[in-house]
Amino acid sequence: MISLKSVSHQYSGGLRIAFKDWQINNGDQWLLLGESGSGKTTLLHILTGILKPSAGEVQINDTSIYGLSSKALDQFRGRNIGIIFQRPHLIKSLSISDNLVLAQSLAGLPTDLNRVNEVLTSLGIADKKKAYPNELSQGQLQRVSIARAVINKPALLIADEPTSSLDDKNAAAVLELLLQQSGINQATLVVATHDKRVKDAFTHTYALS
Amino acid sequence: MSPLKISWKSLWSKPLSAALNMMLIAFGTGILTILLLASNQISEKLENNSKDIDLVVGAKGSPLQLILSSIYYIDFPTGNIPLKEAMELARSPFVKRAVPLALGDNYNGLRIVGTDTNFIALYKLKTAQGKFWQKDFETTIGAAVAKTQNLKVGDKFYGAHGLTDNAGVHKNHEYVVSGILEPQGNVADNLILTNVASVWKMHDEHEDHDHEEHKHDEHDHKGHDHNAPTEVQVNDESRELTSLLIQYRSPMSVAMFPRLVNEATNMQAASPAQESTRLFSLIGVGVDTLQWFAILIMLIAAISVFVNLYNSLKERNYDLAIMRTLGASRTKLFLIVITEGIMLTLAGTVMGVLLGHLVLEFIGSNQESGQAQLTGFVLLYNEIYLFVAGLAIGIFAAIIPAIHAYRSNISKILAKN
Repeated sequence: MISLKSVSHQYSGGLRIAFKDWQINNGDQWLLLGESGSGKTTLLHILTGILKPSAGEVQINDTSIYGLSSKALDQFRGRNIGIIFQRPHLIKSLSISDNLVLAQSLAGLPTDLNRVNEVLTSLGIADKKKAYPNELSQGQLQRVSIARAVINKPALLIADEPTSSLDDKNAAAVLELLLQQSGINQATLVVATHDKRVKDAFTHTYALS
Repeated sequence: MSPLKISWKSLWSKPLSAALNMMLIAFGTGILTILLLASNQISEKLENNSKDIDLVVGAKGSPLQLILSSIYYIDFPTGNIPLKEAMELARSPFVKRAVPLALGDNYNGLRIVGTDTNFIALYKLKTAQGKFWQKDFETTIGAAVAKTQNLKVGDKFYGAHGLTDNAGVHKNHEYVVSGILEPQGNVADNLILTNVASVWKMHDEHEDHDHEEHKHDEHDHKGHDHNAPTEVQVNDESRELTSLLIQYRSPMSVAMFPRLVNEATNMQAASPAQESTRLFSLIGVGVDTLQWFAILIMLIAAISVFVNLYNSLKERNYDLAIMRTLGASRTKLFLIVITEGIMLTLAGTVMGVLLGHLVLEFIGSNQESGQAQLTGFVLLYNEIYLFVAGLAIGIFAAIIPAIHAYRSNISKILAKN
């Protein structure tokens, strides 16, 4: 269970933004809706332990994440939260499979090549294992970034504008993969977007005004 | 996946700039390696060759030249000294051992040295094959001479007048190789040893032939030289030596003997220790200059590595931020960046040290003079400092980028996209 209690954040410019409380049950699939500049990314960063809010508390499975030390929080994030960014942002100097192994090892988990194969296969890109990021298409890269997010079976899967740079066909495919992967890995899914195309797939919505 | 592998892969993703940085480091380290090895070997050779010789007595002139010609066999001799006076000095109570040297001829640039058994004792020579010279024109040759000139026991060769070239070959007498020395690791490796009388005779004949017409008056007293003694004889008034190597009987001699030579005779005494120090301080200026040059190159290399890492950090900010979201701690990012710098400079250092050794070996194998032959196939303990320097440069160049990586605000970096 993930909960957000009386969280607010003050930007360095002085602008303060308060977020309404939010409770996410395990396995839920949520849509985080908001226009650009509405604090969507800020909220996602707060939710993933990247940005400490000025006030309030974030709990993920009974852990108050901002009560952890910087190092413990990094590791907690690596093990429990998978993040998919708008752009894939893979490490260019590493092969696809090494990118996934990196995610395992940075989270402090042992290298598990079976798991790497399993995830890549379920995303239909097992044949690209040895390739490097610059050899893949945008759609394939986005799949790899989904693979990287779910490799450690995170409790929470967060996607920030995963479809905004894709055409209709690819956007639908990525959305389907996200829903499918969160199901396979029993992860709670939060998709932040201003993309109206994905709205219909979700029953829960948290809207930023 | 260790930070080591991440850094390694990251370096390989930009092979050209990595190569440039490594080359800069390698160049600087290479020069330092050569300097280190060469100056070490030169000073070792200087000491090794003069270690048992307390004093050299020769004709007046430059003391450095006397030392160079009589101990290192590099420069020309200062002149000759009368045999009679030399032998008087040799019998002085201050002297434990006196080694006579008669120079003047060479074989393919290798010096022929007329001397006696004291020379063998002084340098503690042993023969590997054959025996030491006994009769006139018998020679015992150094190990390097045998190797480079392809001479075996029983082989014959003609000496040539002078010390460096093969201009006037003495065709009257041929030398015969009676023995080959064990490798000594000093100047004896490159010498051809014979008795003093052989050198005298060679020149008697030489002069007889060349100057028959204009030197009739001299011919008279040269005449009886044809039966010259095989051992150094004191009673011969006209005989000359090139120099005398002296071992003192006691430390007391240091104070007395050189003054005795310089004041009471027409000869000069030169101390190998003093002159070697002087020589080395002269070489030292050049070594110092090169050293600063190498350090300058290393400094430029350090700055280049720094700029390279700093620039690539800008591009990699996002990569590093992603690694943080994947669970890497700040410390880990710091390590990754530092490791990258250290790997670059250490790889450069290794290349530089190897290069230095190879180049020095190459220089050594192309050297004309066998007297100061340098080799690259030696490892010195001091080379460890080169690696320490490489490590230090790596840390120095990477520390600022690494601190940047450590401090980076990943939320800001990720939000920028």
